[in-house]
Amino acid sequence: MNVALPLRMLGRDWRAGELRILAVALVIAVASVTSVAFFADRVRQALLREAHQLLGADVVLSADRPWRTELRDEIARRGLRLAESTTFISMARLGDASHLAGVKAVTDGYPLRGNLRTAPGPNVPDARAEGVPRPGTVWLDERLAPALGAKVGDRVELGETELTVAAILTLEPDRSVSFFNIAPRLMMNRDDVAKTKLVQTGSRVWYYLLVAGEREAVAGFEAWVGSRLGRGEALQSLANARPEIRAGIERAQKFIGLTALLAVILAAVAVSLATRRYTRRHLDGYAVMRCLGATQGQLTRLFAWEFVALGAAACVVGCIAGYLAQLVIAQFVAGLMIVALPQPSLLPAVQGFLTGMALLLGFALPPLLQLKNVPALRVIRRDVGPPKQGALGAYGLGAAAVAALLVWQAGDTRLGLIVLGGFGTGLLVFGVVGFGALHAAAALAPFTGLSWRYGLASLRRRARTNTVQILALSLGLTAILLLSFTRGDLLTTWRAKTPPDAPNRFIVNIQPEQREPLAALFAENRIAAPTTYPMIRGRYVELNGTPVDADAFKDRERRLVEREFNLSFMTALPAHNRVSGGAWFAPGDLAPGALSVEEGIAKSLGWKLGDRLTWVVAGQRFTAPITSVRKLDWDSMQVNFFVITTPKLLDGFPTSYVTSFHLPESQAAFVSRLSQRFPNMTVVDTSAILRQVNAMMDQVIRAVQFVFLFALGAGVLVLYAALLATQDERVHEAAVMRALGASRAQVLAAQRAEFLALGLVAGALASVGATAIGFAIAQQVFQFPFTVNHWVWLAGPALGLACVSVNVWAGARAALSRPPIAALREA
Amino acid sequence: MKASGIAKIVPLAGDRAAGAKPLAILQDIDLAVMPGEAVAVVGASGSGKSTLLGLLAGLDTPTAGSVQLDGTELFALDEDGRAMLRKRLVGFVFQSFQLLPPLNALENVMLPLELGGDPDAERKAREMLGRVGLGERLRQYPRTLSGGEQQRVALARAFVMRPKLLFADEPTGNLDAATGADIIDLIFELNAEQGTTLVLVTHDEALARRCGRTVRLAGGRIQ
Repeated sequence: MNVALPLRMLGRDWRAGELRILAVALVIAVASVTSVAFFADRVRQALLREAHQLLGADVVLSADRPWRTELRDEIARRGLRLAESTTFISMARLGDASHLAGVKAVTDGYPLRGNLRTAPGPNVPDARAEGVPRPGTVWLDERLAPALGAKVGDRVELGETELTVAAILTLEPDRSVSFFNIAPRLMMNRDDVAKTKLVQTGSRVWYYLLVAGEREAVAGFEAWVGSRLGRGEALQSLANARPEIRAGIERAQKFIGLTALLAVILAAVAVSLATRRYTRRHLDGYAVMRCLGATQGQLTRLFAWEFVALGAAACVVGCIAGYLAQLVIAQFVAGLMIVALPQPSLLPAVQGFLTGMALLLGFALPPLLQLKNVPALRVIRRDVGPPKQGALGAYGLGAAAVAALLVWQAGDTRLGLIVLGGFGTGLLVFGVVGFGALHAAAALAPFTGLSWRYGLASLRRRARTNTVQILALSLGLTAILLLSFTRGDLLTTWRAKTPPDAPNRFIVNIQPEQREPLAALFAENRIAAPTTYPMIRGRYVELNGTPVDADAFKDRERRLVEREFNLSFMTALPAHNRVSGGAWFAPGDLAPGALSVEEGIAKSLGWKLGDRLTWVVAGQRFTAPITSVRKLDWDSMQVNFFVITTPKLLDGFPTSYVTSFHLPESQAAFVSRLSQRFPNMTVVDTSAILRQVNAMMDQVIRAVQFVFLFALGAGVLVLYAALLATQDERVHEAAVMRALGASRAQVLAAQRAEFLALGLVAGALASVGATAIGFAIAQQVFQFPFTVNHWVWLAGPALGLACVSVNVWAGARAALSRPPIAALREA
Repeated sequence: MKASGIAKIVPLAGDRAAGAKPLAILQDIDLAVMPGEAVAVVGASGSGKSTLLGLLAGLDTPTAGSVQLDGTELFALDEDGRAMLRKRLVGFVFQSFQLLPPLNALENVMLPLELGGDPDAERKAREMLGRVGLGERLRQYPRTLSGGEQQRVALARAFVMRPKLLFADEPTGNLDAATGADIIDLIFELNAEQGTTLVLVTHDEALARRCGRTVRLAGGRIQ
């Protein structure tokens, strides 16, 4: 067949408005998928870079000896940027004062990701630093300067040289990579290191290479260097950076993915409804064409080409709309993005196109193929229609294809399956309940007046069509409720995970006898005294009597096993921990001793409940069984321990304490007072991380809300399509009633009764659906407790009623605005 | 066209055990129509007129019997084969016009030509619409046309293919008397111009008298 005819038919159907819902549904689905994919692609890159700021680079290489030039050459050869830093601990002196300083000597260009910030003095506004300390100068951080009593311009003695204090260092992006046991920072230029004569054989010095550049080049370098690292050399990249940032990024992607997923599911419903209507309206035309001598094959090709052409056009428009929409989204969050968003790749467009075509083929073809079975005889006998077909069989393949595509796109099988499963189950349950409710409502008919009797009887008479309508209505409403009520609740809960008063400072190295004076200092400054936790360093040596082999582990686990764990002991479970396996220490555990371990580390190190672990603390061994597994909330920014023991096991070992607290911005000076009063303590500022996590969350929330518009659009479209689905029939019925002498009011009342029942049933079902899906998502995917918002029970039925009211109004206008004969003649 | 021994029997839904017999809509129908002849099939409602028309045109299949159109055995062909034959030989006019609502008058007339891949569809359709008096209303949609105008479009659609055989099913059934008479005149004019064989189903005796021969159906049999 030549393609001109399908194209002409497309033009004609389009002009007649027969295909608009279908096209709009496809455009929304594709635009939603592509905008999210385009934007997610860019944000993912940006977020990764932002997270890289916590490393100060894309990749950091660390070693306990100077790096070979071979690596520097390779970095240069690959066109990557390089900065270096050298760290060691040394005493800094100023006059009579002296303090242990964590010295970091850096080269030009450091840091490659993120920025240093400095201030001209303590507790004055800071600004982005230009470059690094110039040779001959140092920057002291907010703790070291007061500890030494240093001001800008003073000369600080370090090793065998003297350096001028040029600024107060307020922010160092990669500071947080390891918090414990760090002395306050002294930053200097690496060219001055030799003059200090502090770096000699046997000194504890760490050498870092910071590398950054284009993603592919960095990945290539990472792969290249991975196999060339020697003993004492390690590679840090985002994959093994801080868990809270990683968790944040993953959640962000889930939220965005979820929203897009809903838009597509809704669009699928709209597509199938619209095609159903298209098919019903084209039954006669099809029969006429059969009559005019068109073969089945010819007509199937005609409609298939027409729809494929429509689909392709809609997908292209959708891709363009998606690209424009992501530009808008990017504008929204531009202020929050520190790095410029890189251009997205073409892949999202391909994904969107495929999704659109799969939607079309999956959900429009089955009803279209039914046309094929329309007998030509229909032209003289209207009661002859296509043979009924099982909807499940017809849509099964399409649904499966779209489901697979969505799960792949969601990038999270679990999330995808939960949402799809939820909708699938909802479909089934809604269908059964809706069908039952229609019959139950119809049973009330004999007890009501004329209009109600007629309206309720229609419910039963049209039970199949009405069930489809209830299904579509309740699915559309479910999505809208899910995205308005439930989404709000989920986001609030998520935000609440890092509340504004989350701890932003850690204090380490608190001596046991300092706990009370520390609490007193907090009280004097009107800051709530935080809980302090004992911390003892111990080495993990045996699992069930077998010595531990460090070579069996990689990355973080290997470092943990090679070095030392921070152990703690307590009798009460910390408030922000949750026992996920076994039981927290019982009184009976206290005497023999027991361990409680964190879920994630237990998984990576192969620990199970009941395993006996042997530890060496200060040269002494002890063994105890694991009696509970804990789940930690990394977003809480609280002090967390991988391993907690019963108190007696760690009794008598030298113990220091650690705590975290929230320092309000207005109380910044408190840290100086604290350092002066307790010079041995180290205060670690985690507010930078917190700020970053919060900023990231805000960005994500804005993006989600924008993408939400697509899902909302799709939801409204589904409602519209659902209501249109039975409009032709209603218009005809109204005409018959009118012809029989019913007043306009009676016609309206009868339809109102029917719709009232429909709207209430659909709305109530949607409330149940949205709550159930929200619950499942909160519990299974985001792993936080879900509280039911009871307004949803009112909102669902109310929305359902509102929708059908609009429809009754519009439908009645259509039905009553024309003389009955017009509607009767058309039928 | 020649039909012989046609029967259409449908099983009755309901309680067979209670003795319900299948319903014979048509029985023992023999009918031959010569080229260029005009035959009216008349009968009361439910006499089987429309069913017979559907069978003669190959829109439906009989329980027994055969139909030959232009020498081709209709029911030896499959559904698609009959469709091809219709495209070549047959035109239709229906009581309810059966225009496609999304298509305007011109496009409705072009449709059968386009389905046959005729490159000259538009010119032929314009001419034909001019012939039925709708040259000025080419771009009107069916819903904006009166019943008589819709039926004229339907006639143009049927005659634009220059069919050897035209089946008309109650072509005036939905029209008032005056409009109906105009349509009938037009059918006979076009019929004469093109030398078409006409099979016309109606319950209008006056209309039937205008045809050369009348076949009367009652109780599913030819009287």
